[in-house]
Amino acid sequence: MSTVSERERKVLDMIETARSKRARFRDPRVTMAHGAGGKATQTLIEGLLAPAFASPALDVMGDAGLVDVAGAELALTTDSFVVKPIRFPGGSIGELAVNGTVNDLAVSGARPLAITLAMVLEEGLPSEDLRAEVEAIAAAAREAGVEVVAGDTKVVERGHADAMYLTTTGLGLRDPRAALSPAGLRPGDHLMVSGPVGAHGMAIMLARGEFELDAAIESDTRSLWPMVDAVLDAAGDGLRCLRDATRGGVASVLNELARASGVAMLVREAAVPVAPAVRGAAEILGIDPLYVANEGVLVAAVAPESAEAALAAMRGAPGGEGAAEIGAVRTEPPGMVLVETAFGGKRVMDQLVGDPLPRIC
Amino acid sequence: MDGGMRFVEEFRDPALGRALAGEILGAVEPGRHYKLMEVCGGHTHSIYKYGVDDLLPQNVELVHGPGCPVCVIPMGRVDDGIAIAREPGVIFACFGDMMRVPGSEATLLEAKAEGADVRMVYSPLDALRIARENPDREVVFFAIGFETTAPSTALTLKRAKAEGVPNFTVMCNHVLIVPPLRALLESPDLRLDGFVGPGHVSTVVGARPFHFIPADYGKPVVIAGFEPLDILHAIRMLLAQLAEGRCEVENQYTRVVPWEGNVRALEVMAEVFALRPHFEWRGLGFISQSALRLSDAYAELDAEERFPVPGVRVADPKACQCGEVLKGVIKPFECKVFGTACTPERPIGTCMVSSEGACAAYYNYGRFAREREVV
Repeated sequence: MSTVSERERKVLDMIETARSKRARFRDPRVTMAHGAGGKATQTLIEGLLAPAFASPALDVMGDAGLVDVAGAELALTTDSFVVKPIRFPGGSIGELAVNGTVNDLAVSGARPLAITLAMVLEEGLPSEDLRAEVEAIAAAAREAGVEVVAGDTKVVERGHADAMYLTTTGLGLRDPRAALSPAGLRPGDHLMVSGPVGAHGMAIMLARGEFELDAAIESDTRSLWPMVDAVLDAAGDGLRCLRDATRGGVASVLNELARASGVAMLVREAAVPVAPAVRGAAEILGIDPLYVANEGVLVAAVAPESAEAALAAMRGAPGGEGAAEIGAVRTEPPGMVLVETAFGGKRVMDQLVGDPLPRIC
Repeated sequence: MDGGMRFVEEFRDPALGRALAGEILGAVEPGRHYKLMEVCGGHTHSIYKYGVDDLLPQNVELVHGPGCPVCVIPMGRVDDGIAIAREPGVIFACFGDMMRVPGSEATLLEAKAEGADVRMVYSPLDALRIARENPDREVVFFAIGFETTAPSTALTLKRAKAEGVPNFTVMCNHVLIVPPLRALLESPDLRLDGFVGPGHVSTVVGARPFHFIPADYGKPVVIAGFEPLDILHAIRMLLAQLAEGRCEVENQYTRVVPWEGNVRALEVMAEVFALRPHFEWRGLGFISQSALRLSDAYAELDAEERFPVPGVRVADPKACQCGEVLKGVIKPFECKVFGTACTPERPIGTCMVSSEGACAAYYNYGRFAREREVV
């Protein structure tokens, strides 16, 4: 049983070659899958955007780009927010727009300094809704310690946008304690998440009202800088890499890191914190919480000697009470993420092709 | 929904799983290779989700069967669905995982991107609700599934008829589980030792329809539930039958499956549906009397009667060997088009369409399987 036939090896090698080639963007049209954070998004980025804008900062494929300006290392990032509905249990689009961008800076090891805000508003949007979001943005910015330093407003005809779309751009200053790199993972490193996973995405799915399912699930949107600050203090350069586990969830982030570092990962499913209500809803919908979006959960890879201190720092930070070690970095098979299921078997936890679609069978 | 999931977690107990895996290891004859087919896509999903196959001895191989209702829909039917979805004024409702299944030129997801109003629903009743809420639109539900989902489509059609919802129709692609199994068993080169029988289907049809498998073809069947312990237990029962030289239909899923099935559901299906003379299965070709259409009494609710449907048959490429993979005659990598013309991004046959199909799994995780074998 242990021998691999000549033919099988040839076919596996052929697949390997095909998979390692840079993705080509050949789809005739943009579909929702291109925005879902899985393989289709990756094809769009690697096959169209990255080659067009090739730059050393972009090639790193981090959550923010690092730019050297007269000796100061600045981090720059931008993000658009198109959530529906705009208000949901635990937050709203305004809070997301601040925290999402601030968190991209934070997990790049940069202290958030300032953001800009661009709004596309739909004709007919009640002013009350706009005011509520502006106040939410102001409050979230205060909370995160960033200033809104520039902005833009556009209005489009009714039906040409859905209530409001927000874009924020964030500027941060790289923290000297941070030596983070997506390619920096080493076998033996510990993998951690900063809290229970899947709450944000599940709150949105239920708030859309497409499923006749009621559960007390709230979005986890929050600024992660205070936590990153604490972990940098505790772990220093033992902190290899941080990622904000937004679209595509923890599973997608781990796959990106495994590919970038050429290492394997083994996740212990039983160790992954999931709130009971999220677990229940995910079970009913046939969706794996590890693929569901978060807005206040980071994934950390930490060197073994710093792991304990990093976890303690996470747990001491706001929103980190539920932080947990979920697995480890390994050597084989390179580029892949494996899960040891709660039942005991192992399987591959792959990237999704597009949105997690509920299954019927 | 707070609190643990009682009566579910019990069937996922890792200690019991290890104990069963140990019993299975003790029940296999060294040197003998066992090929067992799990018929149902739901089993395939559980096996994948919990890593059940990882707990089995190397010489017990699970072959994924034809029971994934999404994967067996042929390209021509997807094309027909897209044609209806593109009709002006139509809202086309289907299950989420159907949206990525390729037709000859596009998927429903791509048709949506081009402007068709394709919506994901969780049940046929959701589609009926959309019809009530949009009286000026035509709502078409793309019905798929085995006997498991057919009763809910049937009940929805009954309700639509009773309420007189004029703008609701169904494009029926319901299929039956026995005909493809018989087609597989008829094949002289079949290499299977036994079947893990479909639990959900059996809640509707009961255990009796599977008696022909031991009676006519000499293969044991154990109908199983969908939790990982159910599946391991069923495998244990199959191995016991093989070791003791028994060959019968056994029911592991007694907490849900009655021997007689669900008589009410079968009656409703008989009223609303009629057998199609034949139906094409992706990768398996035409199988006679293997699918359902709406009965004459429900013809006015039949989307294929209301809308022009191209009905063009799109042949599976000749080289596709899904049938052989399903029969366990060849491994995925031995297929002529595997990895070249047929990939997860551009799948041809049923085994590549679903991420859990035998070929897609091999394509994506073959390296992992190789590592496991070496270690």
